[in-house]
Amino acid sequence: MHLSHALFLAAVAISAATAPVGAQELSGTLKKVKDTGAITIGYRDASVPFSYLDGNQKPVGYAFEICLKVAAAVKAHLKLDTLEVRLNPVTSATRIPLIANGTIDLECGSTTNNADRQRQAAFTNTHFLTATRFVAKREKGLDKTDDLKGRTVVSTSGTTNIRQINEINTARGLGMRILPAKDHAEAFLMVETGRADAFVMDDVLLAALVAGSKTPDAYAISSEAQSRPEPYGIMLRKDDPAFKAVVDAATAALYKSPEGTALYDKWFTQAIPPRGINLKLPMSEAMRKTLANPSDSPDPAAY
Amino acid sequence: MNYTWNWGIFLEPSPEGAGTYADMLLSGLAWTVVTALCSWVIAFTLGSVVGVMRTLPSRTANAIGAAYVEGFRNVPLLVQMFLWYFVLPELLPARLGSAVKQMPDAPFYTAVLCLGFFTAARVAEQVRAGIRALPRGQAQAGLALGLTWAQTYRAVLLPNAYRIILPPLTSEFLNNLKNTSVALTIGLLELTARARSMQEFSFQVFEAFTAATLLYVALNLVVIAGATLLERRVAVPGGR
Repeated sequence: MHLSHALFLAAVAISAATAPVGAQELSGTLKKVKDTGAITIGYRDASVPFSYLDGNQKPVGYAFEICLKVAAAVKAHLKLDTLEVRLNPVTSATRIPLIANGTIDLECGSTTNNADRQRQAAFTNTHFLTATRFVAKREKGLDKTDDLKGRTVVSTSGTTNIRQINEINTARGLGMRILPAKDHAEAFLMVETGRADAFVMDDVLLAALVAGSKTPDAYAISSEAQSRPEPYGIMLRKDDPAFKAVVDAATAALYKSPEGTALYDKWFTQAIPPRGINLKLPMSEAMRKTLANPSDSPDPAAY
Repeated sequence: MNYTWNWGIFLEPSPEGAGTYADMLLSGLAWTVVTALCSWVIAFTLGSVVGVMRTLPSRTANAIGAAYVEGFRNVPLLVQMFLWYFVLPELLPARLGSAVKQMPDAPFYTAVLCLGFFTAARVAEQVRAGIRALPRGQAQAGLALGLTWAQTYRAVLLPNAYRIILPPLTSEFLNNLKNTSVALTIGLLELTARARSMQEFSFQVFEAFTAATLLYVALNLVVIAGATLLERRVAVPGGR
């Protein structure tokens, strides 16, 4: 009596759980989201304007907003009445363990999508293209890569940029002293205080740091780039094709719609919180093409 | 866990252009060892002086010693690193300040000074405790023999005190060794910093930190073995 009752309940529960998506078995992240009724977004605290904390210590930003749209698409796909969006702060050092162990389902920041990293995580369609450049005090007159010869240069430790500048330094024999800083703010502080002549970083982050500094006019970003355009992507667990398909479809639909362009304009050409700075980065031709033809390729040549 | 293990990563070339990831970690290990040893020289010398000051009969010496210990012991090491690296050069005269900032290997010198001064406060407390642990009769006997205070300390009190505090000093040295990792925040490319950049380049975070952990443990075991040998060598025959 008891046993058959329990079996009956179990059968009802199983059919209820699988019913909304028909015959298709849920697996991976989709199953987890369905079971827990929650999706967890990993955000950065200082990657302006992609994912950062505003004046009320709430995460905001371009990538963060895309993630919210993805969460809404997941909710619609699973036909859920409510979906709790949990937020979890991540750093460049913690994002991989947190993705791998299931703490976060989407990583929304300024993470470069490259082939090495694809061995450990999956990326959805590219949401931004950036190139490596450097910022220096305008009075120093540094503009081209070769101007850095023999200079002290800082970059953020563990980024693709510090790797590129190291490669350039070795390849061209420029004899730069390359210092690693623990984060972008510290690296910029080193240029501000004169401890380093230039800070090598993704151009968009440099634009944000300059726009947010006390004297934006005192800094100049190099005209020559030190890399090809690099794609930024939202990171997901790898080997989860069902979830990736949902996320890819959601981002592709968003980027192709006028909303994608509007979202770009909102974060890159208008005043943004918390202090109303304006990055003044109109959409480039490559970026326009990427939004029209969404791609998750890690290869810079594809853009 | 959805993680792809790849232990072969250590033999792959590192993106810095020279050598493999293993070479990168080993160069970090070398910086860790050098930083720990150099800062220990400062910590031990200065710590002994301050520790002795706190046991002297002079009130002024006591007050100076106490101020030093409380100052350096109560401010977190991370904050001290930041102060030494970013604030100190701004307080110096402009030309000297920018010379300090542009100095090659500035993070290394800063880390050595900062760790040395920080650990000195802790060594000082141990030296003080060691001297206090001696029977009061020892100092009195030394003075009664006609030795000055300096001679009493050098010939009687300190040799005994150091023997007593050798085990905690070993722990302190191990702490100092591990504390070198805080220097990654000012850009010293020591072992933890190297493990971090390795995981950033390759995304193989667990391999990188497993290797770093094993290297730290191995290093500390060597130190402990050395300290045990030293303890045996300097033990007073028949004592304890």
